[in-house]
Amino acid sequence: MSRVATLKINGQDVSGREDETILEVARENGIPIPTLCQIEGLSNVGACRMCLVEVAGISKLLPACTTRVAEGMDVRTESERLTHYRRMAVEMLFAEGNHICSVCVSNGHCELQGMAVALGIDHIHLPYLAPRRGVDASHERFTFDANRCILCTRCVRVCDEIEGAHTWDVMGRGVGSVVITDLNERWGDSPTCTSCGKCVQTCPTGALFIKGSAVGEMTKRNTFLTYIAQMRGNLK
Amino acid sequence: MTRKTIATVWLDGCSGCHMSFLDIDHRLLDLADMIELVYSPLVDRKDFPESVDITLIEGSVSNQADLDKIRHIRAHTRTLISLGDCAVTGNVPALRNTIGAEPVLQRAYMEPDLLNAQIPTVGVPPLLPVVRAVHTVVRVDVFIPGCPPSADTIFNALSDLLNDRQPSVAGKTRFGA
Repeated sequence: MSRVATLKINGQDVSGREDETILEVARENGIPIPTLCQIEGLSNVGACRMCLVEVAGISKLLPACTTRVAEGMDVRTESERLTHYRRMAVEMLFAEGNHICSVCVSNGHCELQGMAVALGIDHIHLPYLAPRRGVDASHERFTFDANRCILCTRCVRVCDEIEGAHTWDVMGRGVGSVVITDLNERWGDSPTCTSCGKCVQTCPTGALFIKGSAVGEMTKRNTFLTYIAQMRGNLK
Repeated sequence: MTRKTIATVWLDGCSGCHMSFLDIDHRLLDLADMIELVYSPLVDRKDFPESVDITLIEGSVSNQADLDKIRHIRAHTRTLISLGDCAVTGNVPALRNTIGAEPVLQRAYMEPDLLNAQIPTVGVPPLLPVVRAVHTVVRVDVFIPGCPPSADTIFNALSDLLNDRQPSVAGKTRFGA
């Protein structure tokens, strides 16, 4: 049994178990922190940098989803500096891929698009890279469009941690990173993929979608994640 | 009260933003008392006026004529608005940025089995190598994303500007709206 820590979030006195993260304790207390790569039921990786918070006494910003609470911690979840960095991170995601919302299957249901609205982003300051990325439509039921991928690795984690197949993984480094199926082989030829569709349903953007979806038609259903995690006792 | 002069410009877009502007419907009559539409695809004037209060730009900067136009317009406009996703992000016209202009021309004009196939060069401006959002070429004062932005969004932004308020579209529209 973990000990209980008392701390402050945005000046408010809160308490949480010492094995809990800042994000978990904040949410228990109704304090919102924006997230993109995090999803309840999967492990946390701190990939998207949306949940960065300020902790008094520490000069660098810390991701709330992977930082444990500690006794006497003084956390701020909102500031001009945080908004600046969150906006910058989202703008980088838009500039780095090819996110053409108007022709995307997830238009209107996309978590990246929603984050841009939440942060008041009305244009991208950075130059668009317009990378040449592929589309894998070899699977019978699903399509992977790398142009819309933000490398949140939800697909990698859900496939490994929930389905147990580990079909997805990440290849390359930095701006050249890409999620792949098996050893960068065609998804449709994958001997490990069970075609369960969990990756599709947890993907926050239109990068993974059900074949035949037209613009704005792809809504994701991922409530199964919380249910499975609870049944397995993975959720605290 | 002096009327503010308004211009609307159509660069590389589908005219959907102009259609959405017209969808303001009867409220256009309210605006009509406050504005003078001095230059637009909707009015018959060929040259851009010497000085315009508010110019709405639809479309991305995709060819040499777009580039020349937008530079001239910026120099003669007080408040420049990027209207819609093509102007704000490059949107659909910018889809070609991943492959370049030349393959697009080849595909459209040379690959189909046409009699005397040729890429047109006379009377049409050359394509720029990269399709650009307006703010990457000239300074932009107001951004209204959307494909197209709704009539309400356009009306509210214009009303704000006509009443000397800085328009805020945050939360009211989005990329792809």
